[in-house]
Amino acid sequence: MTELQAGEGAQAVGIARPRARPRRNRDVLIALIAFIVLAALPMIFSSKLLLDFVIRCAAYGLFATSLNLLVGYTGLISFGHGMFFGLGAYGFGLMMQKTGVPVPVAFVATLAITFVVAAVIGAICVRLKEIYFAFVTLAFQMLIHSTILSWVSLTGGDQGLRGGIPRPPFLGIDLSNHHHLYIAACALLVLGLLLMRQIAQSPFGYTLRMIRDNATRASFVGIDVWRAKLTIFVLAALFASTGGIIMALFVSGAYPEFAYWTISGEGIFINMLGGVTTFLGPMVGTVLLLILNDTVTRLTEYHGIVLGIVILFFAIGLRKGLMDFVVEWAAQRRGKAEERAP
Amino acid sequence: MDLDALAGCLASPACLVTQTTSGLIIGMLLFLVAVGLTLIFGVLKVVNFSHGAFYMFGAYFAMTAYQFTGSFALAMLCGAAGTAILGLIFERVFMSRVYGADVLMQLLVCYAFVLIFDDVVRMIWGPEFKSMGMPSAFQVPPLFIVGGVVPPYYLLLIGVALAAAVVLGLGLARSRIGKVIRAAAHNPGMVSALGINTGLIYGGVFALGGMLAGLAGALAAPVRSLTPGMGFSVLIESFIVTVIGGMGSILGALIGALLIGLIRSFGSLGFPLFTEGLMYLFMVIVLVSRPTGLFGKEVA
Repeated sequence: MTELQAGEGAQAVGIARPRARPRRNRDVLIALIAFIVLAALPMIFSSKLLLDFVIRCAAYGLFATSLNLLVGYTGLISFGHGMFFGLGAYGFGLMMQKTGVPVPVAFVATLAITFVVAAVIGAICVRLKEIYFAFVTLAFQMLIHSTILSWVSLTGGDQGLRGGIPRPPFLGIDLSNHHHLYIAACALLVLGLLLMRQIAQSPFGYTLRMIRDNATRASFVGIDVWRAKLTIFVLAALFASTGGIIMALFVSGAYPEFAYWTISGEGIFINMLGGVTTFLGPMVGTVLLLILNDTVTRLTEYHGIVLGIVILFFAIGLRKGLMDFVVEWAAQRRGKAEERAP
Repeated sequence: MDLDALAGCLASPACLVTQTTSGLIIGMLLFLVAVGLTLIFGVLKVVNFSHGAFYMFGAYFAMTAYQFTGSFALAMLCGAAGTAILGLIFERVFMSRVYGADVLMQLLVCYAFVLIFDDVVRMIWGPEFKSMGMPSAFQVPPLFIVGGVVPPYYLLLIGVALAAAVVLGLGLARSRIGKVIRAAAHNPGMVSALGINTGLIYGGVFALGGMLAGLAGALAAPVRSLTPGMGFSVLIESFIVTVIGGMGSILGALIGALLIGLIRSFGSLGFPLFTEGLMYLFMVIVLVSRPTGLFGKEVA
């Protein structure tokens, strides 16, 4: 995708370019405030449980939001996005265990590996449509999962990467310190969300929406649909991989479940729960699902039934995610208020 | 990797027969599940993600019926009929509400039922592994064909599945109901305008699909162990089968299922740890070279 083509796509759907800059400033401001609030949290509540919860939210939130770039913005229903979550966790864990390089180097190297793997898998997958795309991504996910299970000498097989991941301090940051890890996870989350927001609001982001709504028309306007899809597939993989890295740092290990298809299924469910039409929908969904999971597993051993009924309520009852619902409700109220005003 | 074992087996007729029969029964069970999946997709345009649950219920129904009556035939009947009723209810009450909605909604409703059904089985039959046991009629010494061991039950299993394939294929191609179903798959609006109750056809096809999966579960009950969640690996494999064979094609499902069965049985000799991986690899290769599967029609 060249700048020119992206620009054309943007013009075709008619966005007002002059508004782009103030909106970006507003996003940066919101991100800064969010980070400050999160960073201040441990000073008010010293509960380790709460901090753990936020770290898990960071890992799953980055993963789910990146999946929304595919599902909600581009209309690519990936059922194998979890493979990049697993790849991030295993890549980072192995790098730290086997080579002992500093954390930032391992971080960048893991993202580089993800980039290459995602580019190869994406090049094959994005040519397929709808349900076939969903299945071939699922197949790649299972392929990676069974590779992890069978390559025992490297990955530890079904036991996962054990013995802990060494986390040597760098630049005064010691990730084996729980508080430092918390701040780092929050920073990665906020930064990742901000970057994804920029992608979604860029001309390229609007090109993606156009491909979702009408791929044929998009290619008539001169957009290389295959390249745009591949680009977002790889970008989304990088953010999912970051989520995996946070998870590996948090549990100090990596397990085959991180690469299992259920992670992808949960990602889709989170998106559905929060809503795919708003940027922060998946983040809301992540918080909801984690709270739901935690409380339900504590209350009953049959948490599948409870979770299933909640899903049914959203899928058949509301027919949309929570944030979609809230946004529509707010829009309706505003509409009514405007009617009354004049 | 153990290529010597694979080469050794391919050279010996006895091993060849044993492995082929075990591949055939895996394939035939998969076919029964996959053909229901492909039928439901072909007519209702819905990917039934909860199809594995019907396989699981079929097995549990058969086990319970066998424990109460001691009759193998009745157990099979219960497995098939029970899941058919379940399929009908599931389609009419829940799935029919999300036909207009996007794929995501349909997947979610099914995902919800995968979770619910697994827990229901856990509640009723308990979380531990169960086994139905081989019916006494089949507790006879195995047959030896060119030195290979073939239990008689395997022959019954293959025979029943083949019969189901033939009846289904002929029924869809020749009978009046078959014609109506094919017409409904092609243009439901027109079929309904001609005064045919499409809701009934949809429910019927779903029940038929559920029944076939239930039959597969019932047939598998004497040779496999029963556990909540047993449907899931079968579901994933039958997805692979339908994708390889082409969504909506019955012949494709048969060929795909046999190929996967053989890959599994011979792959477990040559690549004991990577057998699953082989299937996925095969699926990727097929999808990349023929995106609509071996027998799939080009979708407009």
